[in-house]
Amino acid sequence: MTEKNPLADPRLAAFEEKISNDQRIEPKDWMPDAFRKNVLRQMSQHAHSEVIGMQPEGNWITRAPTLYRKIVLLAKIQDEGGHGLYLYSAAETLGTSREEMVQALHDGKAKYASIFNYPSLTWADIGMIGWLVDGAAIVNQVSLQRTSYGPYSRAMIRICKEESFHQRQGYEATMVLARGSAEQKAMAQDSLNRWWWPSMMMFGPHDSESAHSGQSMKWKLKRESNDVLRQRFVDQTVPQAEFIGLKIPDPDLKWNEERGSYDFGEIDWDEFMQVISGNGPCNRQRLQHSIRAQEDGQWVRDAMHAYELKRQAREVA
Amino acid sequence: MDSQKKALLNYCIALGDDSLTLGHRLSEWCRNGPFLEEDLALTNVSLDFIGRARMLYSYAAEVEDQGRGEDDIAYLRDCREYRNFLINELPNGDFAFTMARQLMIDAFDVGFYKGLTQSADEMLAAIAAKAIKESRYHLRRSEDWIKRLGDGTDESHERTQKAFDQLWGYAAEMFEMASDEQQLVDAGIAVDRSALKAEWSSTMHSVLKEATLDIPAQDWAIGGGREGIHTEHLGYLLAELQYLQRTYPGQQW
Repeated sequence: MTEKNPLADPRLAAFEEKISNDQRIEPKDWMPDAFRKNVLRQMSQHAHSEVIGMQPEGNWITRAPTLYRKIVLLAKIQDEGGHGLYLYSAAETLGTSREEMVQALHDGKAKYASIFNYPSLTWADIGMIGWLVDGAAIVNQVSLQRTSYGPYSRAMIRICKEESFHQRQGYEATMVLARGSAEQKAMAQDSLNRWWWPSMMMFGPHDSESAHSGQSMKWKLKRESNDVLRQRFVDQTVPQAEFIGLKIPDPDLKWNEERGSYDFGEIDWDEFMQVISGNGPCNRQRLQHSIRAQEDGQWVRDAMHAYELKRQAREVA
Repeated sequence: MDSQKKALLNYCIALGDDSLTLGHRLSEWCRNGPFLEEDLALTNVSLDFIGRARMLYSYAAEVEDQGRGEDDIAYLRDCREYRNFLINELPNGDFAFTMARQLMIDAFDVGFYKGLTQSADEMLAAIAAKAIKESRYHLRRSEDWIKRLGDGTDESHERTQKAFDQLWGYAAEMFEMASDEQQLVDAGIAVDRSALKAEWSSTMHSVLKEATLDIPAQDWAIGGGREGIHTEHLGYLLAELQYLQRTYPGQQW
């Protein structure tokens, strides 16, 4: 297969034609191995992000300041876990099981969104994660609604609806703090100071530096570039911060009349590299937590399996 | 406040405390479950209990009519003022312990809330009408789990048997009436909990038998929750639950 001229393969030609006609590639369609690997990498990374993201938010469930906020937070985390399930199922259409994907995560071979390697230290971080992190995720995911792999595209359409709800809830929770006591306002500002740059990093390296971007754009897996999406996030978020009286921690941030967009400062790419290579503040904690939960649950899953076998045997008898 | 109104206030708070402490414990499972689907299911059950607590506290605040709200009741009372059954506040232990406790409570709740739907107090009857639907579903879930765990592997069987052995004596207080509860029963408002034991025992016997588990010896009983005498665990639960309200008093969140 690999020794043949790929252009001579009629299946590849059909695949390329679908892509160029903006048609979706479906699980039963033939696709190049590299395409399959690329989609699996993106989708499993996305699923892992949803599940690992339950940790920094879960850190505040038992300490939420009111019963209403507690319920909203629990329901939100439940939604994130649901997105994880949905994405794992969608990714399984590529022929890799959820167990294999989780194993790759635990072996350090699969990544998740680096933002979750930062700690959630105060209650304000919960609002901030909803407002900024879900806000940045939506910008990316709205764009991915038109991604070329059918199951991923449909997952994004569904997930975006819930995410925009979360983002509004996060913004509202932040607004309450920003308009609260001096201590609460300081808590919100401190949180924005800590989450702003990591949120900017969520869009990945500059287009010129991005390892996977070129091929992903060609295959229409990715529809808009990292820098375009990042600019969109800045443009939508800055007025929201101003409206509630919080200051974006970027001295270079200013409105550019000519471009009709905000200019902004440079991301600390050293920090970015540190965190994606496993050395952020919580990388080890997040992975250890996930591995521990997996190991602690082994006997439960074994029991379920054993019981199911016994039940089936009884039915046969 | 007349004595019946006071008793009703205590009653709503006690039921709210049962729901909140258990909902709190279940919420600790979020991101720690044995697999993702179960993680979400436990979170769902937790949400039911915390939602129930909110309804009961809100009604308590309305009965009291002193300007307190649900959060004042949840966040600004200390250990001795909490009135929940001790079994609700016990730390989660392993998954077997959590599900064994859940079965014991769900089996109780099904009988209790069924009775409370008949309350002469319309609000309590309405809260019970919602709660009974949830509890029936919870009970189906916990029955299924106990059967799987009891009749699963040797390890799961041992863990589950041990969980029931450690929990059994905490069941007694669920059937003991608090000092001011009888007058509410006489008024047709409250449920006579002492009358629920037979049905509860029968449910437990049939589920444990099918799960190949032994009914633990009934030779110990620890109670006191309805009088505000708790285990040492509750103080820590409240310290965590109430941390923000205590650190930044009087703020809106």
